[in-house]
Amino acid sequence: MALQGRSLISLEELAKEDILDLLAQASKFESEPNRKILDGKVVATLFFEPSTRTRLSFETAANRLGARVIGFSDAATTSSSKGESLKDTIMMVSNYADVIVMRHYLEGAARYASEVSPVPIINAGDGANQHPSQTLLDLYSMLKTQGRLDDLDITLVGDLKYGRTVHSMLTAMRHFSSRFRFIAPRELEMPQEYKEYCTEHGIVFTESHEFNDEIISTSDIIYMTRVQKERFTDLMVYEKVKNAFILRNQMLSNARENLKILHPLPRVNEIDQDVDSNPAAYYFKQAKNGLYVREAIICDSLNIKV
Amino acid sequence: MKKSELVVAALENGTVIDHIPPDKVFDVVNLLKLQEMTTQVTIGANLFSHKMGRKGIIKIADRYFTDEEVSKLSVIVPNIVITTIHDYEVTEKHHVTMPDKVVGIVRCLNPKCITNHEPVRTVFNVTDKEAGTLRCHYCNKEIYSYEIKLV
Ligand SMILES: [Zn+2]
Repeated sequence: MALQGRSLISLEELAKEDILDLLAQASKFESEPNRKILDGKVVATLFFEPSTRTRLSFETAANRLGARVIGFSDAATTSSSKGESLKDTIMMVSNYADVIVMRHYLEGAARYASEVSPVPIINAGDGANQHPSQTLLDLYSMLKTQGRLDDLDITLVGDLKYGRTVHSMLTAMRHFSSRFRFIAPRELEMPQEYKEYCTEHGIVFTESHEFNDEIISTSDIIYMTRVQKERFTDLMVYEKVKNAFILRNQMLSNARENLKILHPLPRVNEIDQDVDSNPAAYYFKQAKNGLYVREAIICDSLNIKV
Repeated sequence: MKKSELVVAALENGTVIDHIPPDKVFDVVNLLKLQEMTTQVTIGANLFSHKMGRKGIIKIADRYFTDEEVSKLSVIVPNIVITTIHDYEVTEKHHVTMPDKVVGIVRCLNPKCITNHEPVRTVFNVTDKEAGTLRCHYCNKEIYSYEIKLV
């Protein structure tokens, strides 16, 4: 059993072997996504906050495994809008489902649900806190394209202050010996607590406020994130930096052959459309990898191996 | 007898809470509900201390505190010294330090934390005992000692 208690709440509690085991399982699902091994099982997807992308990915995973899916896609249509507590909703649904995939706007909601639920909980995002399936698919994409998670030069670009995905990635990558570069505008640089986390866990990193060819040409992975206007208190500053963290095809002329560009999607304009046809562009395939990773996560939660 | 000793003059039976940071004296009073006590309570604030500069000290006659009360105290005033006295003799003296886990005592300061929306007992892991830093078990928010609010 890879996941303790079989719920998946945070990457913090996954050991290196758990992560590698899940990624290995995902790889098997990639070679054969349609396996009716959850025939007769019911997977609930409870989205207290809408997230079509994540929900469709989990529901497709469940369907390809032969499970039935129940649930809701928006809390406005559920009893929680009538004031039912999260605990009561979880208790009710656990009468019907074998596993609950949940997304919630409150932080810690999935952890709490896992403490009251008799069936495993899979965290599909709890506010700004955790989104472990996204991180696992990011790792899967790196492992698949580079053949390893150690000894890589990984460049994180954009909003490193509020970007939940980049923080989770650091948590997961503490087990591996890759090198990080944090490229962000001054206003959105990597928070001190995460830099301390890196130092404590031996993660090597450098920082810069400039996204240039030298950085691009020495990267194995470039992980782009959105620089959102709402994050800036001073719109003048936003106007100044908004174009400095956009990746364009012409910037990739000296890139390493193995370079892959990742993005958690949806993108706005931080990756120019002219990059899409470059062989280094990997973000759409990365999203597709989410399906295999989520098949692995659902099976693992039910203690089923392939 | 020196002035500072006068303030903490002999107690027949009871508890002395010493080395309270000067700004926390009345938090201790409130937490232990000392204003409701009927026995003698002596509160000394802003006393001279070699170690701390200024400190507070509270003497409570005929009252001893449970482990749970002490554990609560340790969260808002880490590093205090609690002395119990029986028949003018010190029977126990210990430096209180924060436990590893703080359950049901402190409020999470993250307005989006589940514990502020559902009837969940808060749980914090103590990440730095010296500084008194806590991390919410549910939402991961760090709370520093000077920010701590009780539930
Ligand atoms: Zn919290």
